[in-house]
Amino acid sequence: MLGILNGRVYDPANGVDGQVQDIWVQDGRIVAADQVPNREAAEIFDAAGLVVMPGGVDIHSHIAGSKVNAGRRMCPEDHRADTGAQNGVTRSGGGHSVPTTFATGYHYLEMGYTTVMEAAMPPLLARHTHEEMNDVPLLDKGAYTLMGNNRFLLGCLGHRQKAKARDFAAWLLEASRGYAIKIVNPGGVENWKAGKRETDLDDPVLGWDATPREIILALADISTELGLPHGPHLHVNRLGQAGNASTTIRTIEALDGRRTHLAHLQFASYGGGGRHPLRSAAAEVAAAVNANHNVTADIGQVVFGPTTTMTADGPLEHTLHQLSGSKWLNNDVEEETGGGVVPMNHARRNTVSALQWCIGMELFLSLEDPWRTFLTTDHPNGGPFTAYPEIIHCLMDREFRSQMLSSLPDKAQSRCGLAGLQREYSLQEIVIITRAGTARALGLANKGHLGVGADADIAVYAPQLNWSMMFRRARLVVKGGRVVVRDGQVVAVCPGHTLCVTPGWDEGILPSLREHFEQHYTVGFDNYAVQDDYVPYCEVIRCK
Amino acid sequence: MTRTVEHVVCPTCGCLCDDLVVEVDGTRVTQARRACPNGRTFFKSYDPTPRLPRVHGREVEWNEAIAEAARMLTQARSPLIYGLSSTATEAQRCAVELADRLGAILDTTSSLCHGPAVLAMQSVGLPGCTLGEIRSNADLVIFWGCNPAVSHPRHFARYSLPPANRRSRVAVVVDVRPTATSDIADLFLQVEPGSDLEILTALRALVHARPLSARAIGGVPLANWEDLAGRMKSCRMGVVFAGVGLTMSQGRDLNLGELFSLVAELNDCTRFAAMPMRGHGNVAGADQVLTWQSGYPFAVNYGRGFPRYGPGEFSAVDVLAHGEADAALIIASDPLAHLPSSSAVHLREIPVVAIDPRESLTTRIAQVVLPTACYGLDAAGTYYRMDGVPIRLRPVISSARPTDEQALQQLLDSVVRVSAGAVPTC
Repeated sequence: MLGILNGRVYDPANGVDGQVQDIWVQDGRIVAADQVPNREAAEIFDAAGLVVMPGGVDIHSHIAGSKVNAGRRMCPEDHRADTGAQNGVTRSGGGHSVPTTFATGYHYLEMGYTTVMEAAMPPLLARHTHEEMNDVPLLDKGAYTLMGNNRFLLGCLGHRQKAKARDFAAWLLEASRGYAIKIVNPGGVENWKAGKRETDLDDPVLGWDATPREIILALADISTELGLPHGPHLHVNRLGQAGNASTTIRTIEALDGRRTHLAHLQFASYGGGGRHPLRSAAAEVAAAVNANHNVTADIGQVVFGPTTTMTADGPLEHTLHQLSGSKWLNNDVEEETGGGVVPMNHARRNTVSALQWCIGMELFLSLEDPWRTFLTTDHPNGGPFTAYPEIIHCLMDREFRSQMLSSLPDKAQSRCGLAGLQREYSLQEIVIITRAGTARALGLANKGHLGVGADADIAVYAPQLNWSMMFRRARLVVKGGRVVVRDGQVVAVCPGHTLCVTPGWDEGILPSLREHFEQHYTVGFDNYAVQDDYVPYCEVIRCK
Repeated sequence: MTRTVEHVVCPTCGCLCDDLVVEVDGTRVTQARRACPNGRTFFKSYDPTPRLPRVHGREVEWNEAIAEAARMLTQARSPLIYGLSSTATEAQRCAVELADRLGAILDTTSSLCHGPAVLAMQSVGLPGCTLGEIRSNADLVIFWGCNPAVSHPRHFARYSLPPANRRSRVAVVVDVRPTATSDIADLFLQVEPGSDLEILTALRALVHARPLSARAIGGVPLANWEDLAGRMKSCRMGVVFAGVGLTMSQGRDLNLGELFSLVAELNDCTRFAAMPMRGHGNVAGADQVLTWQSGYPFAVNYGRGFPRYGPGEFSAVDVLAHGEADAALIIASDPLAHLPSSSAVHLREIPVVAIDPRESLTTRIAQVVLPTACYGLDAAGTYYRMDGVPIRLRPVISSARPTDEQALQQLLDSVVRVSAGAVPTC
């Protein structure tokens, strides 16, 4: 039993905006004050003068799995400077942009985050993702199952077998122990394997009777029909390329009311292209998102400094390798997806990096509904998640932001509309874009708020000279009702949950699935699905 | 009575064939159908009879052996933990935690086989794919310094040269002598030992259409290399399997760096992949676990309380040859049999704890021997295939011995009790 008393509480889901309240916790849940039988026995934390909010919920981050580990393995230079020693409570390890699993858990917790979603899990390598997630302590985690270039699904769509596609998607979510359907450059990775470098929304997928548009709409419909709590989670075609805003806007229009999450929108909001230099198209993209209430988006803000880019969008990483000359790791996954890793330095003096920073900020300030706008860096693509406090500072403090902007190359400043945006986020809005809104978009009814019955995932911060200092280290973090961080230090460890869905599927698809595996996979059908052993702390989130 | 178990995974080599049909009579495997000769021997020779641990050659109860092993390891100033390539990731995770708690030096057999491939990847990257991409799409398959016909006998049929589309692909072997693999190749290039770096550099030049004046490279006429470069550029999808013939010969990581650069550049005009031909069943898993827990794939020193990476400094061969380890924990490996003698000599002089399902030269000299169950035979666990695909091994016979994971967990608990007191958890 725990009481956090007299804090200024920010709980936008329940309409609480900075009022002084007491929060009571029992058996891992928030309870009403009058439900606590003997408060004298409770552990009391005096939060007078402090800020109390739900634990952070990250909707898109690459924290575990084959390509994350490939990034770690390829870049020992990333780890040397940021390493912590073991201290009897915590394990040693670290890394700047691709921290070890343990350090990932600790750093998120120290910032007050308690739930993180791994953004891209290749089903064939799902055991790897789960093994790593089991070594990420404290955090609740889920993983998005990659489907946008799956050949069995492409076959179903080509033959107009919608029910079969739906059953397959449901089966694959369960077989991989995933949380949502992830679409990465739909059809584009499959095309790249066949030698075609770039794929737009209505290009054919070579060898299949399907287009990216059809893949996206089908998976959006399937997400709804299955009643999945989140998604589909979409990384659009032509990501990262100049002039891609038109693709993004056409994709939003094509969705036509279907619920969809757009991942790392900053990388999809570029104007220019062809003979024209890169410029911001954030205003146009933001207008499309503002007008379409079925769409949510996370930003994928770029922060300056060295990082490691990684995505299931294999052709994108190959392009980055060709542009930067940096070392390149590729991993095409049979029948399912691709993947690549390229280290990158987002240099402040580089016009493109600077413009990317501006475009992210412009999106944050132009998207009108914080409940549909979420803070991410697409960790580690835009930069490490440890930069979130600095981003919050930029959003809440116009002065700080304009100082940043004025330090950037003139070309970057002149090719975006950031200088004209005066908006400042309120603290309540920050709580929405980092917790309340993300939990709602993920369909996590027990997270992102402090109402009675919610998971007791709570972060308490002390007001500081500026917002980055405040959010860098939480004064107190409660996870599942237990105090795990005090004064910015992890003081106790325990495993987090793996969030899964079980939408159910028709066994009629099994014979054709088995045949598909026998013909095309190097792993037997009977050895494919992830066993219970890999999700020892599984929490099933109900489908609607 | 005989039982039949299907879809069995063979943990012998990096192929992890998962289609075996195993017949079990009581506690022994009598048949391992579809297995290669290496796999058949592995399954049929295994004797799961319970054995007592030994301390200084004397059979003792399990707890006594664990206590003695914990004592030896905690008293050491710089213990070495080594092996790990033939055990499951569940055990590898415990081993890394143990190294972290002890402040030990941790190394795997990677440093003796494909460590140089890792160094090359860290310097230039590695364009790769899973084996199924190769099976379905490759039309040019190059085996360089490896002999899978002997080391990975089912690699051809299952992954690289499947009979169904064998005619549509060209198999090339580059090696210093004829092998069973070169016998089945369409093209065999027999090169002079130690010439790989020169050849690979020349191939990069040829792929970029730079003129070369040499008439022969590595003892092979230039025209043959021009032909190979042409095939590499014009194939639909090519792959190079790199063996220890490249990693452990003159040039080592430079050979692999040149190869991976060549393959990366080929992707400007076609689709091409490279893959280290990993030997031990789960050496790939050991790389993965060490990386996600420490940041580094092998040769990690926890002596200062945090991981430091130092191939050539913290690798087992060097740590032993320089006399820097004062105790060793050997897991699922037989370093006494395959380390250079300068390193093996030191291993004989320090206290050794061996965890292994089988007897070996190392278990014979170890002060503490913990006989464990064998993953894939009488224990369940995770192995990573040479291409990084994780597969669950299922037991085919019931276990009468603790697993490596259980042994290491007990050792860890014991070490924590001895050294730091209880770890707070919630």
